[in-house]
Amino acid sequence: MYKAWLVFRKDVQQEFKTRYALNAIFLFAIVTLTAVSFSIGAFSAGPEILSALLWIILFFSSMSGLAHIFVREEETHTADTLKLVTTSSSVFIGKLLFNIMLLFMVELLVVPLFMGVMNFVIYDAFVFVLSLVFGTFGLAGGGTIVAAIISKSNTKGALFTVLAFPILLPVIVSGISAAKKAATNAPLVLASSELQALFAFAVVIITAGILLFDFIWNE
Amino acid sequence: MFLKSLKIILFFLLAAVIYGAFLYAPLAKGLGEYTRVLYFHVPTAWITVTAFAVGALFSGIYLKNKELKYDLWAEAANQLGLLFGVLATVTGSIWAKMSWGSFWNWDPRETSIFILLLIYAAYFALRSAVEQADRRAALSAVYDLLAFVTVPFFVFVVPRIYSSLHPDPIVNTQGKIHMNGKMLLVFLSSLSAYTAVFFWMLKQRIDLIGIQLKIKQLEN
Repeated sequence: MYKAWLVFRKDVQQEFKTRYALNAIFLFAIVTLTAVSFSIGAFSAGPEILSALLWIILFFSSMSGLAHIFVREEETHTADTLKLVTTSSSVFIGKLLFNIMLLFMVELLVVPLFMGVMNFVIYDAFVFVLSLVFGTFGLAGGGTIVAAIISKSNTKGALFTVLAFPILLPVIVSGISAAKKAATNAPLVLASSELQALFAFAVVIITAGILLFDFIWNE
Repeated sequence: MFLKSLKIILFFLLAAVIYGAFLYAPLAKGLGEYTRVLYFHVPTAWITVTAFAVGALFSGIYLKNKELKYDLWAEAANQLGLLFGVLATVTGSIWAKMSWGSFWNWDPRETSIFILLLIYAAYFALRSAVEQADRRAALSAVYDLLAFVTVPFFVFVVPRIYSSLHPDPIVNTQGKIHMNGKMLLVFLSSLSAYTAVFFWMLKQRIDLIGIQLKIKQLEN
């Protein structure tokens, strides 16, 4: 675990030196938010449409930034050194922590902005925040393992979204449903199946990622 | 010799299933002629799931002992799965048009098969993006297993959030169609005929893969 923490710190330092993924993901989120807000206006959409739009913005912004963490190691040819100094599972956990942090930073910026600009009122903040947290773990878990796959292939850009989307769809579907319930003042009991689904998905995808990552990394 | 005679038996069995589905089996009470698609829709859907499970099994075996032929077997099984998946989608869509009024309305069952097709289309996109054989095998095997662990979420989670019109996927428990003896006979023979066709096709592909690998070996 300590080594995973070291990998995480190395990635944070490296990222803040160039800020490549950070810039890409933040600007992508802002651009899509602008496009959405500009095209439908503040008061014309109900909670159903708004919660779907929020998750679409979150999903595609995460798609623009999550792959960078492994692609960078391949492009700078540092993957071999990393293989020598540490185990594959600590690499995976370190990179997963970095992607989770990246997504939380984006959400801290985008979600309040979205609520303000689009007039998206949340009645049940607890359900909403919990669904975002679990959803972030699921998105980051699936995104990290697919990023590891993609970094070894020849076409890195477009393929990432194509591979990640069908796997991450349960997160999007349950996330949208939970956000909708949080915005229409449904009691906590009604959103519990969505929260369970998000939580279970995060656990399953992260476990599968840790188990399968070794086959990609030491291939 | 044994396999050859099996092939001929399979031919007559399939012919009997087609005859039985259209002419022998009676109609379910209160439902129209369109329910005859049942004898083709359910078996193809069942084969889709079987094929993907077999593919995931071969992917797992590949990761375990790194023999290239298992990766090619997994590819063959997933190709057949995709083929039967398209057939199940088309027959299901025709049935949906007749009984629900539209070819496609994002019923949870329709959503889950669509996502299944999307996942395996992505699997083949990934395969075409990697050139080295052993790297392609490892990456696609990992993706196959990753996809396979998320499939239960589509089967159990999505229908829990959105209610479905589709009858229970497990044959004849609380399904909307109650079958009598003749229907059940045709249905079960169709199911076993399709299963035999799938394994026969898979066997052909596996033999072909063996020959191709041997030729490659001789060339080197």
